[in-house]
Amino acid sequence: MNQRFTGTDRYIATDELMMAVNAAITLARPLLIKGEPGTGKTQLAQEIARALDRPLYEWHIKSTSKAQQGLYEYDAVSRLRDSQLGDAKVQDIRNYIMKGRVWEAFESAVQPVLLIDEIDKADIEFPNDLLRELDRMEFYVYETRELVQARHRPIILITSNNEKELPDAFLRRCFFHYIRFPDEETMRAIVGVHFPGLKKELLAEALSTFFELRAMPGLKKKPSTSELLDWIKLLVAEDLPPEALRGDDPKKLIPIMHGALLKNEQDVQLFEQLVFMHRRAR
Amino acid sequence: MLVQFFFELRAAGVPVSITEFLMLLEGLQARVAQVSAQDFYYLARACLVKDERHYDRFDRTFAEVFAGAERAFAQLLASVPAEWLQGLGARMFSEEEKRRIQALGGWDKLLQTLRERLREQQERHQGGNKWIGTGGTSPFGANGYNPEGVRIGQDRSGHRRAVKVWERRDFANFDDRVELGTRNLKLALRRLRKFAREGAADQLDLDGTIDATARNAGLLELKLVPERHNAVKVLLFLDVGGSMDDHVRVCEELFSAARSEFKHLEHFYFHNFVYENLWQDNRRRFAALTPTERVLRTFGNDYRVIFVGDATMSPYEITQPGGSIEHWNKEAGALWMQRIVARFPRLVWLNPEDPTRWEYTPSVRIARELVQGRMFPLSVAGLDQAIRELRKPLLGAVPAPPPPGATPVTQPGPPGAS
Repeated sequence: MNQRFTGTDRYIATDELMMAVNAAITLARPLLIKGEPGTGKTQLAQEIARALDRPLYEWHIKSTSKAQQGLYEYDAVSRLRDSQLGDAKVQDIRNYIMKGRVWEAFESAVQPVLLIDEIDKADIEFPNDLLRELDRMEFYVYETRELVQARHRPIILITSNNEKELPDAFLRRCFFHYIRFPDEETMRAIVGVHFPGLKKELLAEALSTFFELRAMPGLKKKPSTSELLDWIKLLVAEDLPPEALRGDDPKKLIPIMHGALLKNEQDVQLFEQLVFMHRRAR
Repeated sequence: MLVQFFFELRAAGVPVSITEFLMLLEGLQARVAQVSAQDFYYLARACLVKDERHYDRFDRTFAEVFAGAERAFAQLLASVPAEWLQGLGARMFSEEEKRRIQALGGWDKLLQTLRERLREQQERHQGGNKWIGTGGTSPFGANGYNPEGVRIGQDRSGHRRAVKVWERRDFANFDDRVELGTRNLKLALRRLRKFAREGAADQLDLDGTIDATARNAGLLELKLVPERHNAVKVLLFLDVGGSMDDHVRVCEELFSAARSEFKHLEHFYFHNFVYENLWQDNRRRFAALTPTERVLRTFGNDYRVIFVGDATMSPYEITQPGGSIEHWNKEAGALWMQRIVARFPRLVWLNPEDPTRWEYTPSVRIARELVQGRMFPLSVAGLDQAIRELRKPLLGAVPAPPPPGATPVTQPGPPGAS
């Protein structure tokens, strides 16, 4: 029970993140994770499950998701159809109750990790509908009149991209952590665990290009950690020398493979304009 | 101590509830936070703050409340007899830590260093430097002696680092509490929300179901239709400079607060009136211009357009080519306005000026005619009207004036004529 999460060989966790995760594990409360896209919110759950050797149940939320779907669904339509066809299965309503991810997690023999991904995508009432389930870790199946209780309180991680405000009653039951964008030192460590053999100079050049790009005003979509990793993957695959990134060649205005970093043609254009002006000023 | 912290947080505007406070206490009891100020800070933040916008307020309150505690504790510790500390320390330290202490020159030396540090700290406090807690004593006195604190002598002091974490105020940018001025505007925000929000749900398509079931020879087949989903897209044009600056700040806040409710919200700035260029970033308003023509091309007519401006200027600035006070505009502002009105059928102009004065300002009158009377005061009632206007369904296309470059067919008359 008292295992502590300290990051993994693939995931660098800051002190504050570790504290939030460990507090949530110890007190068996859900942990709400927010942060810029691409800072590893979803991955955190996978890494916790891996580090603590627990089964992971992922529930990805869409705009049409209902809280009930995570618990169970009663497939009334196929029961109706079966009754018309005279199927014997019809007698037992249990045949038509389909377990959702939360139920599965509640039934796990060891304490599982349950990820509720992108909760802000769902309807505004969605979090409110899960209050009792998250608080007491139990729910009632009306069709079979049974009470489902968690065998072990799962470690629940909830991620949000801040697209909707979450209700206070829901927030009150959670721990909260905002994953900040990593500073250069942390970023070095993150790249280090993903590309252990990376040449020092290339890394330094890539990181400085990356942070310059992020510091640019007016970008529609700032490149994130996951995009940096993709980009470095490309650079490594091409086996480029660090000089290629320095871009003293006036013809090459923007960094090579920028497609991995800039995801919007307006951004690319803006970047080109800025670099051009910058070059002329020199 | 903690209760005081709790109330200070509430006073600072962090919405903390008793449940959350109890959760923190539970966490402390379960020893989630090892005895270090930094851990305590992280734990308290994860328990009590549920929104990154409140992080900064939390940091400030934390610094204030526990600065006093550190001082009090330092004084207390300075008066504690050495034997007591020694006894306590021996009980609390692990074997490994004891070995490390020996390596540092043993207990006496360590305690001496500690004493010196504490004195230093007191002096510095008296000097008016309020909360640089170099002393490395634990902020929560109840837990007693703190091994982290003794380890000051080493260069790596978790405590010293910890103070920095909340002193750095990394989250200052996230704070949303810039007072919105009047209560009126807060109410207005609520109206905007109402305008934007609709639920998402699947609905039974009754007709479709009956039809499909009949075709299916009586076997039931359910048909569902998605409820019409909210997709409000808003283009915001804001007048900046001069008399408008105060209003613009308020409006920007208003709309960015409502941002999450809209699917798309884009804003552009203009000065006094729209001409061939707009900009999105005031700091670089001369460097990064967006041609108005591009705006017209980029955004579809499903966008709702909201102008915010006082429309108070010389009438020439609207009606005449070259009338802009900042540059030579080839085509009159009125023409650009006509193009915008034609492109975006759902458009309103919000004017922060007092409506009773509109009639006496020629430029307001002209602007109002250009937006076909859809100018509303920036008040609750005005916003209500404006939103009702914006909710109107799209009608047939309105004939557009000629694209830029072609000779304009109609030139609005000189200001004297109106």
